[in-house]
Amino acid sequence: MQVLLGGGLLASAVSFLYPVWRYLVPPVATDLGGDSVVAAKVGELKANSGKIFRFGSRPGLLVRTADGEYRAMSAICTHLNCTVQYRSDVREVWCACHNGFYDLNGRNIAGPPPRPLESYAVHVNGDDVVVSRRRGT
Amino acid sequence: MGSAPEAAPRSSTHRNPLVRWLDERFGWEDLLAPLRHKTVPVHKLSYWYFLGGITLFLFIIQVLTGILLLLYYRASANEAFESVQYIMTQVQFGWLVRSIHSWSANLMIFTAFAHMFSVLFLRAYTKPRELTWLTGMVLLFLALGFGFSGYLLPWNTLAFFATKVGTEIPGQIPVIGKPLLIFLRGGEEVTGATLTRFFGFHVALLPGITTLLIAAHILLIQRLGMSVPPSQEAAWKALPPSKREMPFFPNFFARELMAWYIALGVLGLLAALYPWELGSKADPFVPAPAGIRPEWYFVFMFQTLKLIPAKVGPIDGELLGILGFGVVGLIWVLLPFLGGDRYGRRQVFIRGLGVFALAYMLGMTVYGYLAK
Ligand code: HEM
Ligand code: FES
Repeated sequence: MQVLLGGGLLASAVSFLYPVWRYLVPPVATDLGGDSVVAAKVGELKANSGKIFRFGSRPGLLVRTADGEYRAMSAICTHLNCTVQYRSDVREVWCACHNGFYDLNGRNIAGPPPRPLESYAVHVNGDDVVVSRRRGT
Repeated sequence: MGSAPEAAPRSSTHRNPLVRWLDERFGWEDLLAPLRHKTVPVHKLSYWYFLGGITLFLFIIQVLTGILLLLYYRASANEAFESVQYIMTQVQFGWLVRSIHSWSANLMIFTAFAHMFSVLFLRAYTKPRELTWLTGMVLLFLALGFGFSGYLLPWNTLAFFATKVGTEIPGQIPVIGKPLLIFLRGGEEVTGATLTRFFGFHVALLPGITTLLIAAHILLIQRLGMSVPPSQEAAWKALPPSKREMPFFPNFFARELMAWYIALGVLGLLAALYPWELGSKADPFVPAPAGIRPEWYFVFMFQTLKLIPAKVGPIDGELLGILGFGVVGLIWVLLPFLGGDRYGRRQVFIRGLGVFALAYMLGMTVYGYLAK
């Protein structure tokens, strides 16, 4: 009798709580970003400057080095998720949140960031600077 | 089923007819009796007894001004910033209501911390007041939760990054971190979905839990009476006639009201002279601005995280810092159970720990503001 009652109560509790539990987890959003994006127009960036571009729903950083080369990487700091920026004074990538530094290949070189920024391939296609995810990463 | 016997009519001799009417119906006087018997010890440290009450007062202010803000605030990524802007520029005295809500939030967190340290140093947290300490600590965490969730609501740049970092922190915990992060953000990233969730936490979940816990906290205080600091206890024991107390009602209560009045004055002055700023609208495709910093009450943790190197041996420095704060927080909650006897040797150690924690928090906060 006790067991029946207890089991019944438990079963109803589970049947109430399970949907609530599932409800708390948001549906997975699909990132329609694709694997490459036009990050800028040729001539838009001066040498020794950078800009944030949209890579799907996430920010990426496109840098034009002092020698005029393009570099691209994820702009999401590997420390705690802030958005990084290019600092023309030190010619490095900087995260303002906790003073983290990366070099222009995205390698973490100072401060708290534990890992490099994901680096992207860049090629110029006519008038467009196209950034794409590297294969196999 | 028989019908319940008619309750015997009560007779009340109270002079005030309204009180008499209430008393005859549900024994109003019996309800007030505990308050009339309650006394508050009077000594040179009595002033610290006001801090909890002031915190309560500021919470009441938060509820009232929060409800006013709800009349115009809209919780969506496209409208939140604009609706707060509207409150600030179009709604009459909207700037004041928002300024009071923001200032009072900060003052409330300050008084809650001060209250916590005062009961620690006056040794009011030991047996039999373990549960009072426990509910108080949870209330302190809830206040921080209010501050954190409310901070995002205007949807400005600083709040956006503060929320990114702040939700990433629990996200670093092994195993449960990731699901927790998704639950808090309502997805992988901080978006409008996060704003909606935080809004729900801020105006429904947290107020409900907080109200229940405040009731429990106050009930415990009422049941247990006010604690007298050990030094004072000893002095009164040595010289019993020197012992002094005052009735809670009306004597202490009147003083408490004075304290609330002063708090209201300070709050009004700050809110009117230094209206809270709004900043610029959050944009996920803009870098974190230089000089970004969380609200002052998180700065000591923020500065610590900044100083820990990327790797400490094999583990991420970040994780180490987070686990460290977690462990310290847990120890803090459990202090009354770890400290043993109220007059024991371990209390000296705990006092030292308290002094150290306070010095660490103050030092790191100042450092956080001076460091670039
Ligand atoms: C029932 C209680 C409460 C309600 C209904 C409420 C409601 C609101 C609303 C609608 C906003 C958005 C408008 C705005 O940003 O100015 C807000 C903001 C905020 N709330 Fe509350 N609140 C309550 C309690 C609290 C408490 C107890 C705290 C702090 C301990 C708090 C701290 C904040 C903060 C820091 C903000 C951001 C202010 C700003 O920058 O604009 N709130 N609250
Ligand atoms: S989030 Fe970039 S350094 Fe901390």
